[in-house]
Amino acid sequence: MNNFSQRSGRAGPSQRAVEIGVALALALLAVIGIAGSLQAGIGWAAEGPRAGFFPFYISLIVLISCGINLMNAMREFSGRELFAEWSQLRQVVSVVIPATIYVFAVPVLGMYVSSGLLIAAFMKWLGRYRWPAVLATGIAIPVVVFVLFERWFLVPLPKGPLEDWLGL
Amino acid sequence: MIEDIGNLFHGFAVVLQPYNVLLMLLGIVLGVIIGVLPGLGGANGIAILLPLTFSMSPTSAIIMLSCIYWGALFGGAITSVLFNIPGEPWSVATTFDGYPMAQQGKAGEALTAAFTSSFVGALFAVIVITLLAPLVASFALEFGPPEIFSVYFLAFCSFVGLSKEPPFKTVASMMIGFALGAVGLDQMTGQLRLTFGFPELLSGFDFLIAVIGLFGIGEILLTMEEGLHFRGSTAAINPRVVLQTWAELPRYWATSLRSCVIGCWMGISPAGATPASFMSYGIAKRVAKNGNQFGTGVIEGVVAPETAAHAAGTSALLPMLSLGVPGSPTAAVLLGGLLIWGLQPGPLLFVEQKDFVWGLIASMYLGNVVGLLVVLTCVPLFAAILRVPFSIIGPIILVLCAIGAYTVHNNTFDVVMMLVFGVAGYLLKKTDYPLAPMVLAIVLGDKAEESFRQSLLASQGSLGVFFSNGLVGSIMALGLVALFWPLIQDGWSRLHARPARS
Repeated sequence: MNNFSQRSGRAGPSQRAVEIGVALALALLAVIGIAGSLQAGIGWAAEGPRAGFFPFYISLIVLISCGINLMNAMREFSGRELFAEWSQLRQVVSVVIPATIYVFAVPVLGMYVSSGLLIAAFMKWLGRYRWPAVLATGIAIPVVVFVLFERWFLVPLPKGPLEDWLGL
Repeated sequence: MIEDIGNLFHGFAVVLQPYNVLLMLLGIVLGVIIGVLPGLGGANGIAILLPLTFSMSPTSAIIMLSCIYWGALFGGAITSVLFNIPGEPWSVATTFDGYPMAQQGKAGEALTAAFTSSFVGALFAVIVITLLAPLVASFALEFGPPEIFSVYFLAFCSFVGLSKEPPFKTVASMMIGFALGAVGLDQMTGQLRLTFGFPELLSGFDFLIAVIGLFGIGEILLTMEEGLHFRGSTAAINPRVVLQTWAELPRYWATSLRSCVIGCWMGISPAGATPASFMSYGIAKRVAKNGNQFGTGVIEGVVAPETAAHAAGTSALLPMLSLGVPGSPTAAVLLGGLLIWGLQPGPLLFVEQKDFVWGLIASMYLGNVVGLLVVLTCVPLFAAILRVPFSIIGPIILVLCAIGAYTVHNNTFDVVMMLVFGVAGYLLKKTDYPLAPMVLAIVLGDKAEESFRQSLLASQGSLGVFFSNGLVGSIMALGLVALFWPLIQDGWSRLHARPARS
């Protein structure tokens, strides 16, 4: 399965490195969980096991399994198997970055404006569409969403300056 | 039993109200679209649409949402056969023979076979639910905290023992889910825990956000990485092909029946639809006389996985309804819906909410009939959706996910969490950590913990309470068997191999 990924010209982070990274990240979560449980108290009180009792042992199991997964990752992967190629990861990042900007723009600009911008940006930079198509889709979708949610299902979505200005 | 049949007919009457029929159709169509689109599946599709149902009556809401589920189950087959892209993980096995058939110009036959076997599998599972669920529920009414915990224990152990992912990755993923579920207010003592002073964490992690992020955003990222270009064969199904295929299908009744049983078994024990479809395909291949032709476009290779996947997907609702333990992430989302509508899932549902339960069961029968008709007639329409380039569909799915995440609690912080879960989901999926146990653990964490602590409280901290009577002891023992199943299987085959060799 991994034969073709070893051909020259293909490069990227190794599966082994990512496996180790994920195991360590989960282990970190487990340590945080253990610390939080200790704060809440893991022993017994008059009303039975205290709040941290259950999460403490849960986090402990996570920590132990992470240790085993870590050892397995070191043993099973030589470091030559690719996690993904850089070009593929660039594709992934090209979604993650606009998506990150989007989720932080929602509280400021409102759901409709930021969604329109996101769709337009995707179509322009990834799809290389012409402006008329980009603008039409970028405006049409938020309008449809608005009618569907605010009018039909009566579910309000976050609004920003544009909606205030339009008085919606 | 007689009373149940009366209840079922009452359920049909509820479902056949025009408003509910409309919701059913809407649900099926939305479901098929969700099943066809990459990045949207049964679980996160329903999670996104859940807020729309807050204002409906619970019965209408569950009819619509469960129909989305049936639609999604049907929809997965369309992309597998026409585009060689499994729209859902449980349709992977359908691509093995479905896509070759489409390439040979037999897409119509393959799709008809897939839809019909899906229908048969679902119908079988619904009948099983109709007959078994009330019995299981009345049995479970007697359960105390230790028995309830033992059922959770069995469910989670089956994940570890039966999934094909490395066991310790399953354990890690599941326990992270429990830990995430524990964040926030401790239900028993009213104490805050694991919040570290962040006000955003007070209410804990909502599993709907996790589902939308892990399955929705994670899937979009995976699709981007693979750089999929959808190129597939076209298919219009005409009545002649349908009738021809239907005439041929009864020949595979044995495969069908076997796949139904496998599917129901795997669906009730929460192994899920995906392993069920693979297992069913594998066994069909081994048993069939023309087994070596499997993979080149044999109709039986479509029948087996589709039947099992639908039987499993449907029967996953049995433990959800009767015990409050969902058998799949999608069933878990439906269970989350019940809680939001103010219903308490579990055995009492059958006593206190007869309309709801039997309305749901009746809608399973009708929903699958309607679903079959819709997909058979509208395949070209749904296939056209996949021809919309991903640079348009991708951001729209992202926007829908964000709207879904926001509307759960009207909170923009949840949208940020969704993205965090999405990136985590991408990495976990690429490193073979199963996501389903994590989601189920977030949903069931509180309940499992509550029953665990109540049991320990009654026994003054002794774990012996979980083996204190025959019932709880045997469920726990079953759980342990499921947990160590790979080791047991290994030992068994070694024991049997040795005398043969010597």
